[in-house]
Amino acid sequence: MTIIYIPRDTASISMGADDVAIAIAALGADLKEDITIIRNGTWGMTYLEPLVEVDTDQGRVAYGPVTVSDLPSLYEAGFLNGLDHKLCHGLTSEIDYLKNQDRLTFVRAGLIDPLSLSDYIKNDGYKGLENSLKLSKAQIVEEVTLSGLRGRGGAAFPTGIKWNTVRQTEAAQKYICCNADEGDSGTFSDRILMESDPLCLIEGMTIAGLAVGATKGYIYLRSEYPLCKEILTGAIKVARDNNYLGANICGSDKAFDIEIRMGAGSYVCGEETAMLESLEGKRGMVRAKPPLPAHVGLFGAPTVINNVLSLASVPIILAKGGDYYKNFGIGRSRGTIAFQLAGNIKRGGLVEKAFGISLKDLINDFGGGTYSDKAIKAVQVGGPLGAYLGQDNFGLPLDYEAFTEAGAVLGHGGIVVFDETANMRDQALFAFEFCAIESCGKCTPCRIGSIRGAELLKTGTNMQLLQDLCQLMDTSSLCAMGGMTPIPVRSAVKYWPEDFEKSSS
Amino acid sequence: MTLIIEKDYGTPEKKSDVSVDLEIDGKKITVAQGTSVMRAARMIDVDIPSLCASDCLTSYGSCRLCLVEIDGARGTPASCTTPVAQDMKVTTTSERLDKIRQGIMELYISDHPDQESPLHEMAARVGMRENRYGKEGHNHLTSIIDDSNPYFSFDPSKCILCARCVRACEEVQGTFALTVDGRGFGSKISAGADQSFLASDCVSCGACVQACPTDSLFEKRIADMGKPDHSVITTCAYCGVGCGFKAELKNDQVVRMMPWKDGKANHGHSCVKGRFSWEYAIHPDRILKPMIRDKITDPWQEVSWDQAIEYSASRLKDIQGKYGRKSIGGITSSRCTNEEVFVVQKLIRAAFGNNNVDTCARVCHSPTGYGLRETLGTSAGTQTFDSVMDSDVIVVIGANPTDAHPVFASQMKRRLREGAKLIVIDPRKTGLVKSPHIKADYHLPLTPGTNVAMINAMSHVIMSEGLMDQDYIDQRCDKDAFDKWQKFICDPINSPEKVSEYTGVSADDIRGAARLYAKSAKSAIYYGLGVTEHSQGSTMVIAMANLAMATGNIGFSGVGINPLRGQNNVQGSCDMGSFPHELPGYRPVGDDRVRKIFEDDWGKKLDPEPGYRIPNMFDAAVAGDYKAMYVQGEDVAQSDPNTHHVEAALEALDCLIVQDLFLNETARFAHVFLPGTSFLEKDGTFTNAERRISRVNPVMAPMAGMDEWEITCRIARAMGTDMAYDHPSEIMDEIARLTPTFKNVSFAKLDQKGSIQWPCNDSAPEGTPIMHVDGFVRGKGNFIITEYVPTTERTTRKFPLILTTGRILSQYNVGAQTRRTKNNVWHDKDILDIHPHDAENRGIVDGDMVLIKSRMGETVLEAKVSENMQPGVVYTTFHMPESGTNIVTTENSDWATSCPEYKVTAVDVRLTNHKSDWQENFDEFSSSTRHIAE
Repeated sequence: MTIIYIPRDTASISMGADDVAIAIAALGADLKEDITIIRNGTWGMTYLEPLVEVDTDQGRVAYGPVTVSDLPSLYEAGFLNGLDHKLCHGLTSEIDYLKNQDRLTFVRAGLIDPLSLSDYIKNDGYKGLENSLKLSKAQIVEEVTLSGLRGRGGAAFPTGIKWNTVRQTEAAQKYICCNADEGDSGTFSDRILMESDPLCLIEGMTIAGLAVGATKGYIYLRSEYPLCKEILTGAIKVARDNNYLGANICGSDKAFDIEIRMGAGSYVCGEETAMLESLEGKRGMVRAKPPLPAHVGLFGAPTVINNVLSLASVPIILAKGGDYYKNFGIGRSRGTIAFQLAGNIKRGGLVEKAFGISLKDLINDFGGGTYSDKAIKAVQVGGPLGAYLGQDNFGLPLDYEAFTEAGAVLGHGGIVVFDETANMRDQALFAFEFCAIESCGKCTPCRIGSIRGAELLKTGTNMQLLQDLCQLMDTSSLCAMGGMTPIPVRSAVKYWPEDFEKSSS
Repeated sequence: MTLIIEKDYGTPEKKSDVSVDLEIDGKKITVAQGTSVMRAARMIDVDIPSLCASDCLTSYGSCRLCLVEIDGARGTPASCTTPVAQDMKVTTTSERLDKIRQGIMELYISDHPDQESPLHEMAARVGMRENRYGKEGHNHLTSIIDDSNPYFSFDPSKCILCARCVRACEEVQGTFALTVDGRGFGSKISAGADQSFLASDCVSCGACVQACPTDSLFEKRIADMGKPDHSVITTCAYCGVGCGFKAELKNDQVVRMMPWKDGKANHGHSCVKGRFSWEYAIHPDRILKPMIRDKITDPWQEVSWDQAIEYSASRLKDIQGKYGRKSIGGITSSRCTNEEVFVVQKLIRAAFGNNNVDTCARVCHSPTGYGLRETLGTSAGTQTFDSVMDSDVIVVIGANPTDAHPVFASQMKRRLREGAKLIVIDPRKTGLVKSPHIKADYHLPLTPGTNVAMINAMSHVIMSEGLMDQDYIDQRCDKDAFDKWQKFICDPINSPEKVSEYTGVSADDIRGAARLYAKSAKSAIYYGLGVTEHSQGSTMVIAMANLAMATGNIGFSGVGINPLRGQNNVQGSCDMGSFPHELPGYRPVGDDRVRKIFEDDWGKKLDPEPGYRIPNMFDAAVAGDYKAMYVQGEDVAQSDPNTHHVEAALEALDCLIVQDLFLNETARFAHVFLPGTSFLEKDGTFTNAERRISRVNPVMAPMAGMDEWEITCRIARAMGTDMAYDHPSEIMDEIARLTPTFKNVSFAKLDQKGSIQWPCNDSAPEGTPIMHVDGFVRGKGNFIITEYVPTTERTTRKFPLILTTGRILSQYNVGAQTRRTKNNVWHDKDILDIHPHDAENRGIVDGDMVLIKSRMGETVLEAKVSENMQPGVVYTTFHMPESGTNIVTTENSDWATSCPEYKVTAVDVRLTNHKSDWQENFDEFSSSTRHIAE
């Protein structure tokens, strides 16, 4: 019997993975080959998708990107026995792109069948929960605090401190809300985690529930991720059927359960307070803080709001200890972060690395330079509201503090590459237009400022007014949406002033 | 006099035991914890600019004008959303803040019309000089104005999306009719699902208009008349909530009525009637000259006041001479002031020499007076309105507050949204049963007429399951009475299982509701005419009092038994001695000591025999024993049951004197018409449902040249009784002198305090918001056995349906006022609501003309098929005279007080294609009896 792994994640499916799976199954039937296909998650080497792996005595041999038309030649070359072919990359685990990563959070992504509880447990799953059930609330929180984990959604707030606040707030009901509204352009790490290792998120949320005394969790999932919903729903059922969720988790008498709520296509609902409004069934508008959600959150109850990856990092911290996790990273940025290489880049995909790697190494060593083979002009780090950085900044270590100092943000780890043909005035315009489209409309600077900013860049020449507007939006916006829109604009003006001297293309 | 502009502190008041010291612009202040920086600043007159903040709304933080600097804090936090902290140092003006505010205003002005508006004033205030963006960019300057509401318009081009209107609709009014549609720059305020204001769920309460900081929502009268220049504080003359208003005038003309923030019953909120529907007061239908005629078929003759008074007095005297002292009487009005009512009952007692005085409360809340006095000792509700904010469970029985008492309903809904539980006992699915963010935990849709059985069953559950508050009962209530009642109520005949057979409500629901009521710490009952207007109205009031006493729910905030009074001064007119057996302060006329107090003061001997109640007056008139009547502001021909009988009685009178604003239905039978005054012309006091006495200040001079109290006094003098006052305050002084519960009340004190809740005497010099605090007024609480006796009005094969009546939001009572306003746009005819099953059986669809026939008479209305009804029950209102609703209602009445059983009439309903005979004749008779000679 030959076991073949074909990923079932949104990116590989969009590249034809389902067709390939059907064709391989058909091939097996036609040729009377004993083939078992396992739809694993993705390893995150998106540039190789669909990545077909064949299980051999040496390990899993990778072929990709595979299309249906490649199958006859692959078969002829003996791919069912792991033999060589022009699409063959040898053993998956030996591919540099993967081998050189620090896989902590994504340790099982690609490796396992996402809905197989036994796969999950065989690969160290639910060890963290097992340990947590032996600890007090305070001890769990202490371990997370010790790990140095900071919010991976972009704000980088220390997770342990947030949990501790919720833990110490007295209330009959508390909630864990997982922010899975991954809306930044060029980001996909949350999706990969949820599609490839959903039980890891479920385990992380369960531990969070134990730590703060919450019995109910919500995953706020963006509507653009229907496959995520399907896989998460399946995983929640598996967990519930096996007492990893429900009224009596692992026989401990402790309760925790999870419900998925779908977003409705609003970027700003990724902002935590707008997300709460949306979860409550209201219009997704930002709430003023204070009160903090940790004190008054979902339905007025103390609420932990964490990004998918913050929660998914918790199982390994509780499994291996805060110290283990803390040993990765530099400065105050501890552990690993999942970078997502996108835009004009040769090897797009997910790279989980300890903090501290330079932008240059990431783009060149992992990304392999631009897809167009032209020189890199700019890199936008941290989503559409992150700064554009040029060659001068490519030596920056990827570290929260270093980036803040440079007027940039790490955000959710999205990295979008532009080659020398990019016009930075157009990119600045894109920032305002993005803000104008996605603004909830509550505060004046964001609602009117974004549209005026776009107008200024389209037709205006008043650079002073543009700077005044950026300053106004920066200092007076209600949330980070309006407040951060000036970041890409100002960086574009600062590093590429020449693009603003001529009218836009 | 100047225009009163109330200070807005920007964010709501916070109450806390902890106080916080801080410094704002170098000024020190101590405030309650939780207070916003903005509020703290405005308390010391540091007026931080803002547009989206208002102290009647929770802070929102959208306009970003109110940003401040706080020592040690990052950036520039918004002062409206930032709470104070100990030793905080706040700076509210600096170059940086100026720049932000100017930048914000520059953005606003880049999308705002160039006409005068408050937004330009704000721009000037923060020093914004130039709009560098121009107005060529994306904008809303050519948005279409929504003119659909009769009272205000909405101009989106002036809107700044602060959502104060949306939030006012949600937080203050609780209707949720408005929303923000779209997002970003495309956001817009939308009524309903992108409907016009008129087509949406908007109830036109005016909260949004009041909240709008940019005149985007704008009152049409101001557009027509310009801005007002001075204000007069007064009290609304519609329902028994008694909202405080500022009448705002320009020169001598009323421009608008603005709810008064210091009004203790409304806290700055209003409903469509009080806010907008006052224009009847200046309607051309007002009769402004006294008129007389010999026969009702004669045309009216306009005469002088002297002639009219003399004519009235001589006819009354002649009739007394011919038919005896007791052959005349009168009716006082619950729409008039306490002072006006007091002098009418004094006229009847002192000048007519009998007790033939009654009031329109006879047909609404007389059972309340009886029931609460017999059990607790006082003929009034136990609570102050604000008490509802402490309730954990709210029971609404036979009342439809969202339509009939809208401002209190808004307060109640606020509490319900905070999490209080709700039990609705009503045959219909009223507005409270399910509305945005409100859902009754129990709706018990009982068969009309089975109230007493229902409440008995709830008490049965409480007593049989041991849910009573035995300590409270032992301490506060009469033991013998309780023991007897307990034995009665525990009888299986009162069990939910038995009672469900005729209430039609499941035993489980009754048990659930009873447990909910009994188990909460604070449960309150609010009720209306659905309780009182039954043959067992008084029994039902007693049954509720039993229930409340048994569970310890009287005597503190959050509990109680609270009648929602229909008219502005029902409480007051009852307090003022309008009943035939009671002198002011509910003291029996038969009591020699009581009578002597009045006789000494008035210098007249008083009749110790109680006089006629209203239905007795009609019966006696038909029998020929009762020949003349003085009716102050009540339209008995439309409002009282069994119209045929009422009309026969009125026709039988030798002299009917009507004192009113309009030639109403009763005036068709009158011989003297005396033009009265609207509330805008009155000088006096109204007493609302929470016993709150509020001042009614004259906003304009009496249009017919005479105060109503003076008209009454003149009739008395013309009949030979010395009744004279220089000012209405002297009438109140007399009331205070003669009525113990009013002992410390005076105009001076009311003007100083704003309002006072009686009793106001030496033991409660500042009034009494909550009654029975240390024990019941009557001593020990009195449990009374309340056996359920079904009404004799039964459904049969011939009359298979039950008709029940009520009112709707935009019209008021007999409609004399509201029909003469633009409110007709919402409701211009009475409609019969019928359940789909009953409609289908009869082939009735929406808009069909249907004949409603009872044992008394028949009338024709338009039908509307509605799932708010239960099968077997139909419903209509009685706002329009031509509807003839009371042609159909019966003469059944409450056993104790004769309050008519409006709520239960067995009828048949069937399709028809023509009006009833009475309706056919109505128009002709209506105009022929209203003819005024040239």
